[in-house]
Amino acid sequence: MKNDIIIENLNFNYDGTPVLKDVNLTYDVGDFLSIIGPNGGGKSTLLKLMIGLLSPSSGSILVFGKKPQEISQRISYVPQDTHVNKNFPISVRDVVLMGRLSKSKKLFGHSAKDQKIVEQMLEKVDMLPFANNSISALSGGQRQRVFIARALASEAEILFLDEPTASIDTSGQIAMFKLLKSLNKTVGIVIVSHDINVALNYATKIAHVDKTLYMHDAPIPQNTTLFDAQRTSKQHVCPVEIICATRCNHIHKELS
Amino acid sequence: MIDILQFEFMQNAILSSLLVSIICGIIGTLIVINRMVFIAGGLAHGSYGGVGLALYLGIAPMLGATLFALTLSFVIALLAYKNSSRIDAIIGALWAFGMAFGIILSDLTPGYNVDLMSYLFGAILSVSSEDLMHIGIVLTLVCLFVCFYYQQLVAMSFDMEFAKLRGVPTRALYFILVALIALCVVVTIRAVGLILVIALLSIPPYIAEKFTHSIAGMMAFSTLLSALFSLSGIFLSYMYDLSSGATIIAVATTVFFMQLLSEKVFKY
Repeated sequence: MKNDIIIENLNFNYDGTPVLKDVNLTYDVGDFLSIIGPNGGGKSTLLKLMIGLLSPSSGSILVFGKKPQEISQRISYVPQDTHVNKNFPISVRDVVLMGRLSKSKKLFGHSAKDQKIVEQMLEKVDMLPFANNSISALSGGQRQRVFIARALASEAEILFLDEPTASIDTSGQIAMFKLLKSLNKTVGIVIVSHDINVALNYATKIAHVDKTLYMHDAPIPQNTTLFDAQRTSKQHVCPVEIICATRCNHIHKELS
Repeated sequence: MIDILQFEFMQNAILSSLLVSIICGIIGTLIVINRMVFIAGGLAHGSYGGVGLALYLGIAPMLGATLFALTLSFVIALLAYKNSSRIDAIIGALWAFGMAFGIILSDLTPGYNVDLMSYLFGAILSVSSEDLMHIGIVLTLVCLFVCFYYQQLVAMSFDMEFAKLRGVPTRALYFILVALIALCVVVTIRAVGLILVIALLSIPPYIAEKFTHSIAGMMAFSTLLSALFSLSGIFLSYMYDLSSGATIIAVATTVFFMQLLSEKVFKY
């Protein structure tokens, strides 16, 4: 076990109110970690602490053995769709090129290598045909794919995603998680989601955050075949069936 | 018609309006995409405090306005970058403070201040070669900044958090950007005055955004629109003996409303 992320006794206060209390977590890049929990429970805050956009009030977060701010080139981030400026006049290609920015980035233009990586990443998320489209012309799901390509373009080792499926229907969510699952073969995935059913079904580790954090292993057996069947069948994607499929006999450790 | 071009004041007016158009096209685009129009308004009005202070101290008004606006820009950048939730109220206070401070100081200055109206409403027909040099310096600074940091500025404007994670020095860029807005506002005051400057910074980029697919394109198109508005404003104000600043803004707002209207008409 390498433990690429180690969080110990983490506390975070916002304006004097505790948001996160005594959080402990270990994570390995091979894992698909879903962070679930109620609204206002601190999910997104925990994610922002892990990528170094916020600093802990006390306790420590080490990513690859260092503070997140020091290894920001090795991690990348997919923001919530809601905080993105949708009317911004910019092409899909130029958005993904932002992933190639770095501290040492030269000032003018992008190299042929940058352009090539951008096209590869757009290909990976099935968005290459849209490369020259304007970002404002895309649907919520397509835009989210572009942001995943942007995060991939920085060749990071862990991808952090904040509610990537918030504005996507169930069918789109399954497609998104399938994509993330396939990406997980090469990069670590840490995702904040309130779509518990889908999130649980693809994760290998689940963190339930409500001020403090409870770790769970993924419920076994996962029923990804049913999810795939739901997506490939031409009939409607049935949320009810999905809830039934993911129902498990999971019991809280402290309750049992 | 050509004969009016022989006057030196007219040549200066045209040249300065073209240079100011480039500055406004570039900086105005950055203001609009970063939703900083209110910050620009605060800086424009607040800088009047600098004009009053300069009159009181007996130094050049434009120098006073420049230094005062730069100081204000630092305070505003400090507060806005931290994303203070009441930033609009704070800017409103600085906005009013600058104006009041300027008026009181000019009241306290002995003698009759003939020039005050020109700072409020602009006097592009009386631009001196010294003014032209100031405009040229600001234009050079703006162009250098945007050429060197174009990608970083676009990334920061689009998604500040992502840019920060990729190692873009967002804090430094933000402070420089607000300082350049201050300089831009001060030189544009010569053309249209501090009350109307906000129109020249927001209308061209607002229209340009709808017809372009990149920030560079938006800057170029805004520049063209600014130049069009300024030149036709100067021409109309000369023809009909109207205030140049207000005429320029009248042309800009007319096009703005026509664009809004045509958008509604073609949509339905």
